[in-house]
Amino acid sequence: MSKRIDVSDLDIYYGDFKAVQGVTMAIEPRSVTALIGPSGCGKSTFLRTLNRMHEVIPGARVEGKAVMDGVDIYGSGVDPVEVRRQIGMVFQRPNPFPTMSIRENVLAGVKLNNRRMPKAAADELVEGSLRHANLWNEVKDRLDKPGSGLSGGQQQRLCIARAIAVSPQVLLMDEPCSALDPISTLAIEDLIHELKEDYTIVIVTHNMQQASRVSDRTGFFNLEATGQPGQLVEMDDTTTMFSAPSKKATEDYISGRFG
Amino acid sequence: MTAVTDRPVPAPDVAPNFTTSPSGRRRKRTNAIMATLVTLAFLIALVPLISLLTEVVIRGGSMLTWQFISTDMTGVFGDSPDGGVRHAILGTLQITGLATLISAPIGLFAAVYLVEYGHGRLAKTLTFFVDVMTGIPSIVAGLFAVALFAILIGPAYRSGVMGAIALSVLMIPVVVRSCEEMLKLVPNELREASYALGVPKYLTIIKVVLRTSLAGIVTSIVLAIARVIGETAPLLLTVGIVTSMNTSMLDGRVATLPVFAYSQYSQDALGVGADRAWGAALVLILIIMILNLVARFISSRFSIAEK
Ligand SMILES: Nc1ncnc2c1ncn2[C@@H]1O[C@H](COP(=O)(O)OP(=O)(O)O)[C@@H](O)[C@H]1O
Ligand SMILES: [Mg+2]
Repeated sequence: MSKRIDVSDLDIYYGDFKAVQGVTMAIEPRSVTALIGPSGCGKSTFLRTLNRMHEVIPGARVEGKAVMDGVDIYGSGVDPVEVRRQIGMVFQRPNPFPTMSIRENVLAGVKLNNRRMPKAAADELVEGSLRHANLWNEVKDRLDKPGSGLSGGQQQRLCIARAIAVSPQVLLMDEPCSALDPISTLAIEDLIHELKEDYTIVIVTHNMQQASRVSDRTGFFNLEATGQPGQLVEMDDTTTMFSAPSKKATEDYISGRFG
Repeated sequence: MTAVTDRPVPAPDVAPNFTTSPSGRRRKRTNAIMATLVTLAFLIALVPLISLLTEVVIRGGSMLTWQFISTDMTGVFGDSPDGGVRHAILGTLQITGLATLISAPIGLFAAVYLVEYGHGRLAKTLTFFVDVMTGIPSIVAGLFAVALFAILIGPAYRSGVMGAIALSVLMIPVVVRSCEEMLKLVPNELREASYALGVPKYLTIIKVVLRTSLAGIVTSIVLAIARVIGETAPLLLTVGIVTSMNTSMLDGRVATLPVFAYSQYSQDALGVGADRAWGAALVLILIIMILNLVARFISSRFSIAEK
């Protein structure tokens, strides 16, 4: 249950502003791809084009191709809603639905889509997703309590459980740990290790150690000057990127000498 | 090492002194004066409100009997103290009820359009007109309804629907404005969370946006009802007054509490008419209070539990 994505020559716009230019990248199945780079270089923007979340912003558009298993997700006749069902997303700030209990949050993908599910199957899905997100033991006695009552790290794992409950092929994570304490961060990193058995994962992170700990491949985004579009400077195996990057800009960024 | 001198540094070693300095005394004095002033302003603002409420309760309270609430004005003549407001209570509920049925969906849908779909010129124009409509004098709304039905049906036509339409003209902009504020309060992150699960936009609006702001929407609608339930001028023009119940909204005049109070007072400002006017005023205030309590109850049921 995991797919590869081939992005070629992707330009991303907000209205007339070109935020990201000419990205070509292969995202391997069953692996973790990390995207690093300075703030504002378009990592989030790029990530959001992978499940067509970019276009919910008025005026936002994309040129180029992103092919998942032979199908261009920007091809004509492709339903963005269907794309999002298969490419899930976890956001920077945990965002459980405040009107829903923990259980309802996990089932949100089913419930919000008006799909019916027998209670036994729903129970199984809730337990399975929460176990998969390493949260089951902490919440199994309070499934009917509001999800917003959990700690930040627990909320983020709840959001991961919610995302995997719709069985996506790919999981996108935009700085999932930046709002969390170190312990919750480690818990999520462990979780990412386990999840890559089943999912293709793309994670944006500001934290170089995190990129080197969790990812198999790393892509470095940069922008030449403010106001210029961001670009993918270099992409390689994480070990290569961190030990012997081929571009000077990458080396400077990784060793903390940039700007 | 070169010493940098032109930067703020803590005072050299002196024992801390936390007793009040002269400037501190001035600050305390100013603080006390300001506190007195705002308290005074608050008390002054309370005076008319409290005197109004006591007046209504004292004058209207003596009228508030079961007989007053459960009879209408059929066959009550001259100085007879009989008669009551049953027909006016029912009429007020009928007409504001219908006005709410018309205004709440239209206002809410317009707010959803403005917040969730509207970008650019059309939305800006709509917002502008809503703002203008919020300031429409109520008599103009009444005249509008009269003119509208004169064209549609005929100049002599009078019915509850006319009153409801007149009130809707006043109510819709209020509902739009306040619902818009409520929908804007829903964080964008929740919409995105829903989209990212593959939920289409219309279901996201219904099940996430509207659900999250439900408590606020209920409050908005009740406040809009409270805003129009005491309107007199448009009802005077459209539904007038009658002495008995009229359950048909399509045919004939309908009595309402504000118009009842007005007509009683204007007929007999010194005697039983004035008493009935105060009684009707008290009943109207009680209805608004009950509405507010119901709204509080409903919105607390739907508000977001944080535990
Ligand atoms: N909603 C938006 N509308 C217009 N411009 C945006 C929007 N979001 C981001 N941008 C711009 O796109 C560029 C990339 O932003 P972003 O993808 O958030 O960077 P990163 O995630 O790498 O910090 C920035 O110049 C930013 O100002
Ligand atoms: Mg970002």
